[in-house]
Amino acid sequence: MKARVLIRPKQGILDPQGQTVERALPALGFTGISNVSVGRLVELEVADASQLESLCEQLLANTLIEDFEIQLDGD
Amino acid sequence: MPASADSIPGRERAIELALTGAEYDSIVELLGREPNEVELAMYSLLWSEHCAYKHSKKVLRRLPTEGERLLLGVGENAGAVGVAGLAVAFKVESHNHPSAVEPFQGAATGVGGILRDVIALGARPVAMLDSLRFGYPSSARSRWLLDRAVAGIGHYGNSIGVPTVGGEIHFDPSYESNCLVNAMCVGIADPDRLMRCAATGVGNRVILMGALTGRDGIGGASVLASTELGEDDADKRPTVQIGDPFAEKKVLEACLELIDSDLLVALQDLGAAGLTSSASEMAAQGEVGLDVDVAKVPLREADMEPFEIMVSESQERMLAIVEPSKVDAVKAICDKWELLCTDIGVVTDTRHMRIFRGEELVGDIPVTTLVDDCPLYDLAPEKPAQGLYPAPPADLPDRGDTAETLLALLAGANIASRVPVFEQYDSIVQARTVRRPDDADAAVLALPAGEDGTRPAIAVSIDGNGRRVAADPNGGALEAVLECAANLACVGAQPLGLTNCLNFGNPEKPHTAWQLIEAVDGLAKGCEALGIPVVGGNVSLYNEGPDGPILPTPVVGMVGEMPDASVTSTSGFAREGLAIALVGPFEPSLVASELAARRGNAPEGVLPSVALESVLAAHAAVRDGVRSGAIESAHDISEGGLAVALAECVALGSVGCAVEVPELDDVSLFGEAPGRGFIVSGSRELVEAIPGAVVIGDTGGPNLTITDSDGERVSVAAADLREARDGGLRRFLP
Amino acid sequence: MRIGVVRFPGSCDETDALDACSLVADAELLWHGSTDLDAVDAVVVPGGFSYGDYLRPGAIARFSPVMEAVAKFAADGGPVLGICNGFQVLCEAGLLPGALLPNDSLRFVCRQVDLIVERPTTPWTAACDAGERLSIPSKHANGRWYADPDTVARLESNGQVVFRYAPGENPNGSVADIAGVCSEQGNVVGLMPHPEHAVDSLTGSADGLKLFSSVLKERTGAGIS
Repeated sequence: MKARVLIRPKQGILDPQGQTVERALPALGFTGISNVSVGRLVELEVADASQLESLCEQLLANTLIEDFEIQLDGD
Repeated sequence: MPASADSIPGRERAIELALTGAEYDSIVELLGREPNEVELAMYSLLWSEHCAYKHSKKVLRRLPTEGERLLLGVGENAGAVGVAGLAVAFKVESHNHPSAVEPFQGAATGVGGILRDVIALGARPVAMLDSLRFGYPSSARSRWLLDRAVAGIGHYGNSIGVPTVGGEIHFDPSYESNCLVNAMCVGIADPDRLMRCAATGVGNRVILMGALTGRDGIGGASVLASTELGEDDADKRPTVQIGDPFAEKKVLEACLELIDSDLLVALQDLGAAGLTSSASEMAAQGEVGLDVDVAKVPLREADMEPFEIMVSESQERMLAIVEPSKVDAVKAICDKWELLCTDIGVVTDTRHMRIFRGEELVGDIPVTTLVDDCPLYDLAPEKPAQGLYPAPPADLPDRGDTAETLLALLAGANIASRVPVFEQYDSIVQARTVRRPDDADAAVLALPAGEDGTRPAIAVSIDGNGRRVAADPNGGALEAVLECAANLACVGAQPLGLTNCLNFGNPEKPHTAWQLIEAVDGLAKGCEALGIPVVGGNVSLYNEGPDGPILPTPVVGMVGEMPDASVTSTSGFAREGLAIALVGPFEPSLVASELAARRGNAPEGVLPSVALESVLAAHAAVRDGVRSGAIESAHDISEGGLAVALAECVALGSVGCAVEVPELDDVSLFGEAPGRGFIVSGSRELVEAIPGAVVIGDTGGPNLTITDSDGERVSVAAADLREARDGGLRRFLP
Repeated sequence: MRIGVVRFPGSCDETDALDACSLVADAELLWHGSTDLDAVDAVVVPGGFSYGDYLRPGAIARFSPVMEAVAKFAADGGPVLGICNGFQVLCEAGLLPGALLPNDSLRFVCRQVDLIVERPTTPWTAACDAGERLSIPSKHANGRWYADPDTVARLESNGQVVFRYAPGENPNGSVADIAGVCSEQGNVVGLMPHPEHAVDSLTGSADGLKLFSSVLKERTGAGIS
C-alpha cells in the first residue's frame, strides 16, 4: 500500500523557514498569504500500515517539535 | 498593589515551581504580601539555581577576578581583555539539559545564546569552541546525541558566519544520561565602544529587538536547568526552543550597526528566564526601575498570558535602552535588517519592575528582591570515604603488546582525530584563522596589522578532564588550567584570561559539594599561578541521572596573545632531520589516565604532584621558543601520555621519528601528567638551547620508533598510526 | 576598476570577498535592495546563508532587487562570480546551469581541496593556466552540483566546465567532479569552493587570489602588482 506522511512544525513551535518564505512573498507581488509553514513529505510503500504511526514517532518526525499526518492511498 | 492580585497562586504552586517553602516565605516578607501569578513566575526563575547561583555563588568568590589586562569582568554579559588595542570578549556557557532532551536544537540554541552574550557587549563574534561530553559511543543513544549535537552546533555557527575553530569531546559512562554541551564564544570590539548592561537615564525607552515571542522554553530555566533529569523527561518536552541562526545573523549585524551609530545606552540579550531576567538585570545594574507593557510585545501565539510573555525563552531577542530622541533611528536600522523592534517600556526611578498589560498593572516587584535577595546557601561538603564512580568496562588487557596498546589508544574515541567532527564546522569564515582545528594545539586567529605591518594574534583553547577531577577535584582542576595554558604555549601565546563552565552533580549532596569547592580552589590556584583573572563563566549543577552524577567537569576556556600571527607552530613534525626534545617536569602516572580507563579502572588515586614553578618555566620556554622560531612543532603531552603524543606528532605531520626514553614501561609511555610536558621539534642547536629541553631523538623515516636504554624498541609505521587515529571517531558517526 | 560584492541578509562571506577584491581593485558592498550597478565593472555574489538557506539555498535571494540588476549586467557581458551560496543563487536564478543538491554525506564539510582549472578563458580564470592546480577551501552542506546527463555532455563540449575537483578531492559527490561552471558566454562563473578564503598564505593558501587578479587582467590588461 502506498502511503504519504506529511510532517510539519508543531503549532506554536517557531518555524523559521515558514516565516522567511512568508516575508519574501510581498516583494514578489503575492499578497493575502499568511501562516506559511514549511514541512516535509515522505512517500513510502508499506505492507502493514499499522506500523506507520510508530515509524513516524520513532524516525520520520521529531515529535518534540513536529506533527505528522499519515495519508494512505485511497484515503 | 497590582490589580490582578486577587488571583494568588500560593505556597504550593511556588513549591511546584521549584522554590522551597522557606524561599516562598521570604518572598512574601520582602514583598509585604503574597505574589500574584506573574510575580511568582518571575521569582521562581530568578531565584532558580540557573539564574541566582544560590548554591555556587559563595564558592565562586574564591576565583580571582582582577587582572591588569582585564577590561570587563564578572557581572557583565561576558568578560573582556585588552589585546593590541582591541577588546577581546569571551565566555563559555552550558546548554546541557536542553541538549539531553533535543540535542540538535539544544546545542544550536546553546551556540545562539553564547553568541548573544558576546554581541551584547558590542563585540563581533570571531570564534566558537565547544566542549562536549557523552556516554561511550558504543551506546546508540550516545552516538545519536553526538551526531545531533554536532549537527546543531554546525547548523547555527556555520549559518551565522562565525568560525568554530576548536573544541574537545570526551566520552565516559557517567555522561550517558547527562551529556554536556558547553559552548565558548570569542568576540572582538573597539574598547571604547564596549556596551554595558546597566539601564540608565530615567525616561529612556526599553526596546525589544528580534524574534517574536512564543511559548518557547517557558519555565525552562527553573524546570530544565535546576533539577535532575528523571524518567519522565518527555513531559518537559513541549518547552523545546528552536534556534533561527538567520534571525540571529540579522540581530548581530543590526546591533553592531546600532552601537557603531552610538544609538544605544545599554544592551542585553534575552537568555534563560527571558524578559524577566534581562529587564531586571539591566534595572539592577543601573539602580533604576523599569515599566514594561507586555501588551506591546509582538507575539507568535496570540493568547499568551502576561507571565508567559515575561518568562518566554524565545531565542534571537535583545533588549536595549535607548534615549527617546534616538528611537526612530534605532527603528530605521532594524527595518533595514528586517528585524522587529518594539518600544515596550520606560526607565523609571522607582527601582521597581512594574509589569503592565496595557493600562492594567499585573506585577510590581522591587528590583533588588528579584536580583539580590535570593538566599545563598552554604554547602555542606564532605569528602567521600571511597570512590564515587564505578569502574568502566575494560576493553584492553592489563599486559598488552606495546604497539597494539598504542594503536588501540590512538583509535579510542577519546583520543582519535576529531576531524570528522571539526569538518562539519566552518573554521575559516572571517579570514582570521591561521591555525585550524588539528593544525596546532590551540587555534590561532590573526588580528588587524599594527603600525609596523605585523599582524598580532590571539590563541584560544578549551579543556577539561572529568576523570582526573574525579580522582582529585583540586589537582584535576588545576591541571585543566595548566593544560589549557600549555596549549596556548604550544602556539607561542601568553594567557590573558580564563572563562570556566562548572559542570557538576547535585550540590546539595555532600560529595558533590566537596568536589565543587575543591575544584574551584584548584582553578583559582591555576589562575593565580598564571596571573590571569576569571572573566566570567557559568555553573551547571544537578547533572545527575538515574545512575548517579556525572564526573565533576570544570571546563576551562582561555585566550592568549601572540605578537606575530605568522610566527607560530604546528602540532605535527613538519620535516626530516629535526631534533625532538621533551620540555617540562613530566613525571607521569597511570592514575585516572586513558589507559587506566581502557583497562577498566575507576578514576581513583593520587594524581602526580604539580611543581608549579618548573611547569610555568616550561610553558615560558616553549612559548619563547615558538616566538623565536627555534621551535617548529610543539605538542603538549596529554591523554595517552608520551607515546600517544609522539604518535600524534607523527600522524599530524609528514615524517616519522626515532626517540630514546629511559624505560619502555606503561607508566613512561602511557602515563599522564597534563599541562607539564611538551614534545617540541626544531633544528638541533636551537632546540638544545631551549631552557630545560632534553633532546630525545630526531624526526625522519616512515615509522615512529621508541627505544629504551637497554636497546628494547617499539616501532609502528606512520601510516598505521594515521589510520588508527583517523578512523577512531569516524566509525561512530553515521 | 571597481568590483561590487552583493550583500543579502544572511550573507556570511561578503566582507571576506570584499577584502579579497580590495587586494586587486576598488571594491564595495552592494545591498540586496540596490538596483544600480553602473559604478561597478564586475560583480561577486558571495557565500553565506542568504535568507537562512530556508526553502532551498538561494531560492529566496534570487528574487532580491539586486539580482534583477545582476541578470541585466550579466546579459550585457559583465563579469559575475558566484561563490558557494552565490553559485547557488546564480543557479536558482537561471544564470548558470545545473543545481546544487545536499552533499552526498548529508553533512556540512569544511576542507581544503585541490581544484583543476579546466577553462582559463573566462574573466575569472584568465590569469590561470589550463590544468593548473589551485588549493582552495571548500565549506558547504549543499554543494553537490547536478545536471542531467545531456546537459553535462553539452557543458563539457561547450567548455563550460571551469573548475573540477582534483581526483579524490570531490567533497560532495558532484557529477563528474565538477566544482564550477560558466554561462554560455563565459562571463558568469560559479564555483562552490571559496577563492576569497585563499588570498593570503597566512591563513592557508594564496591560490584563490588568481581568480580576482584574472578579472583585473581581463578588464584592464593589468597584471597583479
